[in-house]
Amino acid sequence: MDFNRNEISVPLRRVVITGLGAVTPFGCGVPAMWQALVDGRSAVRHCPTLAGVKGLRTTVAAGVPEVDAQSIDRKKRRYMSKMSIYAMIAAQEAVQMAGLTPEQLQNDRTGVCVGSTTGSTVETESLFLQVLKERSIEGMKSTHFFKIMSSSCAANLAQALGIRGRLLAPSAACATGTIAVGLAAESIALGKQDVMICGGADELHVLTVGVFDTLEASSRAYNDRPEMTPRPFDRQRDGIVCGEGAGLVILESLEHARARKADILGEVCGFAVNSAPEDIANPGPDSMIRCMIQALAEAGVGKEQIGYLNAHATGTIQGDMTECQAIESVFGRDVPVSSLKGHMGHTMAACGALELIATLLMLHRGLLLPTRNLEEPDDICGRLNLLTELARRQVDTAMSNNFALGGVNSAIVISGRWIRD
Amino acid sequence: MTDSEIVELINRSLVNEFELDPGAMKPEAHLVEGLGFDSLDFVDIVVVLQQAFGVTLREEPRVREVRTLGDLHRLVIDKKRELEGSRGA
Repeated sequence: MDFNRNEISVPLRRVVITGLGAVTPFGCGVPAMWQALVDGRSAVRHCPTLAGVKGLRTTVAAGVPEVDAQSIDRKKRRYMSKMSIYAMIAAQEAVQMAGLTPEQLQNDRTGVCVGSTTGSTVETESLFLQVLKERSIEGMKSTHFFKIMSSSCAANLAQALGIRGRLLAPSAACATGTIAVGLAAESIALGKQDVMICGGADELHVLTVGVFDTLEASSRAYNDRPEMTPRPFDRQRDGIVCGEGAGLVILESLEHARARKADILGEVCGFAVNSAPEDIANPGPDSMIRCMIQALAEAGVGKEQIGYLNAHATGTIQGDMTECQAIESVFGRDVPVSSLKGHMGHTMAACGALELIATLLMLHRGLLLPTRNLEEPDDICGRLNLLTELARRQVDTAMSNNFALGGVNSAIVISGRWIRD
Repeated sequence: MTDSEIVELINRSLVNEFELDPGAMKPEAHLVEGLGFDSLDFVDIVVVLQQAFGVTLREEPRVREVRTLGDLHRLVIDKKRELEGSRGA
């Protein structure tokens, strides 16, 4: 059965963005991230904990500077690993920006949709070090499971904020953040919820870095020059740099936002997610193309209305090339394109929401961010209109892509214009 | 390890694990009403003290009778002495 938008009998509601929150390798807060991106800074550093791991060839990463988690009550925080703490700090910022009252947060019509790539790998390691070494669970604390379970971030946010509505925790590797926002938007569009706190979070661990290293997808040639990698679209790119963080967004129905006189920052116009059955590690262009076309159709906009495209582009040789082929196939060569991985590495489950936030700010400020470390585009990527410097341009509508390990694609269309009747 | 050293290590371990005020670690402090522990904290107190002293409290019936920090001090001291006694024997 084809669930075409036109065949859904439930009238869909418009979904707007009213709050943003970020914890990134540049520190806590959306302003810290935005300023670093505008300045063109790199958050990639030499990572001593990676340097001592046998067989691991990359030693660079984009970790989050130490955060102050004391604002989170201990009895809530004890269930949180780093990724949930990042998510909670970002959620606090987003809720404050949205101006949501406790009554608006804590009712059946407000839900959470936040995902991570896995549960806490740091906590899993700490638990199994003892289990495997001593064949004993006597060191297992009451809080371990709540950090390790796949829904840890969503569950912890719901507990700490007193959420009573939906609790969703999608997990789709690097596409998690975008998919979480998309599913949350659908919950609102369908009338199931009025407000959703949504996005993604992840914490840096050798497991993640090792996965990309094993797949020959990690950056290794710049261990002595961390700030020069990753290099999306560049001829000298050699792979991913892992990062961590959290991106959280407040979505609500247009009616709900208007009724409480909220500042509306933008609109989620369309979203698509699909499977890439051709290869679990390398999504092919065909499924990416279908995903972007579906997102455009969902938004009801033509390709010519997309004034900027935020690419997933992690800096891998194959992935960047495939994405560029797909973008060219859908949009031609004119749409301005950039990737933010060159600034803050690949923040995994957080990247979709963080890139959506950055994209929304680009629309607001009339300022399109370039790709850091892009000096000489390769032949295929170079056919696109790749931004290599800040561009002052007023754009209404943009698309943000995330294509992930596991063979899953996502694309979301947002508008930054003020909502008009 | 003397009794006072055991008490000091218990207090330090609990302060670090549960972010307690060191000034509140008085023997008469009630664990629930005074120090704010709940049932999940009690599970973790057992783990923390086991790691600090090597004593097994999980199956110890006296754990259920502990109400104050002083009760906990006495229990751990007794278990520690039992452990040392069994090793000595």
